[in-house]
Amino acid sequence: MSPPPDSNTVAVAAAIASQGAAARAPFRWRPAAEAIVIPVGAVMAGCVLFGFFCLFQEKNPIAVFAAIYKAAFGSWYSFQNTLVRAAPLMLTALCTALPARLGLVVIGNEGALVVGGLAATAAGLAVQAAPMPVVIGVMLAGGMIGGGLWITIVGLLYYKRGVNETISSLLMNYIAIALMNHLVNGLMRDPSSLNKPSSYPIPDDKMLPTIGNTNVHYGLFFGIIACLIAWVLMEHTTFGFKVRMIGGNIRAARMAGLAVTRLGLITCFLAGAAAGIAGMVEVAAVHGRANESLAAGYGYAGILVAFVARHRGLPIILVATFLGGILASGGILQREFKLPDATILLFQGMVFVAILYSDSLYGRFKFFKEQGA
Amino acid sequence: MNDHSGSIGWWGVVIGVLAASVRGGTPFLLVSLGECLTEKSGKINLGLEGVLLMGAMSAYAFSYKSGSPWVGVGAAAVAGAALGCIHAFLVSRPKVNDIAAGIAMLIFGSGCAFYFGKPFIQPTAPQLPAIALGGWSNLPQVSAALRISPLFFFGVAVAFAMRWFFGSTRWGMHVRAVGDAPAAARAVGISVKRTRVLCIVCGSALGGIGGAHLSLFYPGAWTEAISSGQGLMAVALVIFARWNPVQCLWASLLFGGAQAIGPSLQAVGISNGYYLWNASPYVLTLLVMVLTCSTKRTLVGAPGALGTAS
Amino acid sequence: MKRTFQSLVTGLAFTAVSASQAVAADQVAMGFIYVGPKDDYGYNQAHSEGCAGVQKLPWVKAVEEASVPETTAVQETMRNMINQDGVQVLFPTSFGYFDPHILKVAKQYPNVQFFHCGGLYTEGKHPANVGSYFGYIDEAVYISGIVAGHTTKTSKLGFIAAKPIPQVLRNINAFALGARSVNPKATVQVIFTGDWSMPVKEAEAATSLINQGVDVLTCHVDSPKVILETAERRGIYVCGYHANGSKLAPKGYLTGAEWNWTKVYTDYAQMVKDGKTLAKGTIPHLIRGGIKEGFVKCSDYGPAVGGDAKKDAEAAKAKFMDGSMVIFKGPLKDNTGKEILPAGKEYKQQDIELEKMGWLVEGVIGST
Repeated sequence: MSPPPDSNTVAVAAAIASQGAAARAPFRWRPAAEAIVIPVGAVMAGCVLFGFFCLFQEKNPIAVFAAIYKAAFGSWYSFQNTLVRAAPLMLTALCTALPARLGLVVIGNEGALVVGGLAATAAGLAVQAAPMPVVIGVMLAGGMIGGGLWITIVGLLYYKRGVNETISSLLMNYIAIALMNHLVNGLMRDPSSLNKPSSYPIPDDKMLPTIGNTNVHYGLFFGIIACLIAWVLMEHTTFGFKVRMIGGNIRAARMAGLAVTRLGLITCFLAGAAAGIAGMVEVAAVHGRANESLAAGYGYAGILVAFVARHRGLPIILVATFLGGILASGGILQREFKLPDATILLFQGMVFVAILYSDSLYGRFKFFKEQGA
Repeated sequence: MNDHSGSIGWWGVVIGVLAASVRGGTPFLLVSLGECLTEKSGKINLGLEGVLLMGAMSAYAFSYKSGSPWVGVGAAAVAGAALGCIHAFLVSRPKVNDIAAGIAMLIFGSGCAFYFGKPFIQPTAPQLPAIALGGWSNLPQVSAALRISPLFFFGVAVAFAMRWFFGSTRWGMHVRAVGDAPAAARAVGISVKRTRVLCIVCGSALGGIGGAHLSLFYPGAWTEAISSGQGLMAVALVIFARWNPVQCLWASLLFGGAQAIGPSLQAVGISNGYYLWNASPYVLTLLVMVLTCSTKRTLVGAPGALGTAS
Repeated sequence: MKRTFQSLVTGLAFTAVSASQAVAADQVAMGFIYVGPKDDYGYNQAHSEGCAGVQKLPWVKAVEEASVPETTAVQETMRNMINQDGVQVLFPTSFGYFDPHILKVAKQYPNVQFFHCGGLYTEGKHPANVGSYFGYIDEAVYISGIVAGHTTKTSKLGFIAAKPIPQVLRNINAFALGARSVNPKATVQVIFTGDWSMPVKEAEAATSLINQGVDVLTCHVDSPKVILETAERRGIYVCGYHANGSKLAPKGYLTGAEWNWTKVYTDYAQMVKDGKTLAKGTIPHLIRGGIKEGFVKCSDYGPAVGGDAKKDAEAAKAKFMDGSMVIFKGPLKDNTGKEILPAGKEYKQQDIELEKMGWLVEGVIGST
């Protein structure tokens, strides 16, 4: 009898087989149903928790939820607000989601966004005389390169020096913000920006416009397209397959001859580039200049979006929209119900704790289990 | 009442940084010790920033309501433990990602702290009494610098106690076993889940006490911006300190001192690039990590189960 | 394509009621937006107290929203207040809201009036329905400077500031000029913390300054609470800012510079009620005021203020009231020796040059 194949070969073979099997198997509705019912159930559970909280604070929970829904999705106007809030989140979430497929936990989204924004501003100012599409294109390139290089540093530190990527990316966030403050108050400062130190502005006619006569800028398109590209890249290309192999079992991947370091660094660059695009959009579509408003917390919100969406491109679009809706409803809680500004933080926290808890419920309900074999 | 002393020039920078190391380092110390305990059992807790804020708020609120700062410290520990319970419950479930749970708890903890803390921003709460070690000096700066928080001594005691705990007690060994090789620990009959829950809760309680120092000693007020990221930095600190509690002490002093470099330099007239000086703690940590880590050997001292899903 | 998408969304959801709270015919609906929390014991709280003050008028309805960052969020808030709360007059109170946020939204809603705190309205460049207001709080800070200059024993004063922007530099210079007008040996040492609200850095700055011999502190940060308490603990004197902080430093509080936004908001409310608008030109685009107009005031003197200090301070206040006081008059040099104003020239308070200040006056130790 021949010796049993060793575990590494088995792992590689199983991976290949499952890919093939999935492509040919009939559509299974139970896992799909599970993937929808559980998160939705979690959101509702989180809302119920928040409802109890509202009762404690003597506010009518039904009225509160009606207001939140109205402000997030209740009208075309509200939905626009939600989309504007969701756009940067889609991009920054990719900064965590892409390396996560490799098995790395990167939380440097805020830093990459800031560096991308700075680079995009510098690039845009350099070519501001050119026509608008050129300016936007150059700023896009600048943002991607700036953000990409920033996270590549994190990747390099990990692969070459073994430095924990979570910590190094966290530290790089603080360093990026300090750098931004230093530049915006010093070297890049526009003296006429007076009480809000900022860089020189990108001319108004060269900025990224809004879509039609909505309030939503084209940054939303960048976000959706980036998520789609990420999804196709990770799920349907050889590159993505290799990355997922590394994420699954790094030793097996090495033995199979994959260039782990090179693939890892490329993924880090792409991750940073996505967050860098978010920074570029903030400058090109919203502020027109680089200043401290770049560090608005979109990076940190993106981390949560990535984890809740299980690091996959399509769900990121949905989760980002959902979080955007929650954030867009913060204002109405303050103005209509006189709840303090911290209420929306509490609501976010409750819902996401519930969603994360629900992660553990997959496979626990008999209803969703496959019947028969 | 009068502190109309003469200037002490460059000595001011030295004294300033040394004193700041102690008073700025205390929250870092307590939070990193809490995180160290949690990580020794194999779990990472990024939610300590929320715990820190909640601890600071509860300490201030209870100190104000009860008139005793020590009641405030107790309340902070309880608040930290409560948040720790929620976090422990969450991460003890299978398939829940530690990092994501930590960030969700960070948001929740911050939200709670800001929401319930609104009525306490205005009033002044009784502060923790300082232990004045500087009575021997005539210089008011020195005697002011040597007024040390009792929580610092508490933290130092905990650091040494923890080292003894991990090194020489049976429970400490259980914790280390659970953190290094949970499968083996299970095989020997140690309840991995219970150990981890206890470590997370106790670690959170320590984090809460760290927050109490911020609002009841230095800077000694409750506002929403009271934290300068000490909770998140504690995670970096623990790695920096190689999961050794006494090294956490030295690392905390380093970080606390680094916070004061910017203002101290400006006070003697060096006022350029203060944003960059303010980033010095982070650059310092990154530098040390780059210099001391290597791919050849995994991080010495890292609990084996940290970062895995076991 | 867009129409189908639009109708799909509204079809899936229920349509919003256009204004959730209807506004009665001759009511004035005002919206206030703050960049930080309402109870920061400082800048935002001062505005919120102004809002509470103006709400006492029965014909005023006010909505507030706090902690709105200077991003698309504030554009959203402004639009929400207009669409959902029927607000006709908006007061976004943070400097960074002006460009591009207010400018963008103002163009979309030409019938709503936007009054920005601190912005520099330029005729022709900015939309007609935008105006700006600010208080010359440097006048009150000048008075603080006089009192500080008298009370200090070491002649070393300290100023803890957030960032070296014109509004802050103006206060630092006013403080220094006030102190040196009664005590020519006085120096003001400045420490910049880098951001508006950094309690740990502010405490460290206070401690460092005190270690260097400073015995009177003042500040320009969002919340002076930490600085006031640290000063009191170390037993030195302190001048407040934004709001009255004497409760926090009962022994060391000398006086303070306070805003009186209720007066400003009441004035605006009355103008709007009378049908005046910016676009027609019946409301001035640039409204500024100091001690004389009641936009700012000084706190009551603390127990440590001596008779001489009070005399000089009251004399200066009287000169502000009759319009004869000029803070920035030549000969004036900055702290690098460069001449700002030759002898005989002066900057009146309304001079726009002052709102672009980028220098520190002689006697201030520090750099921008």
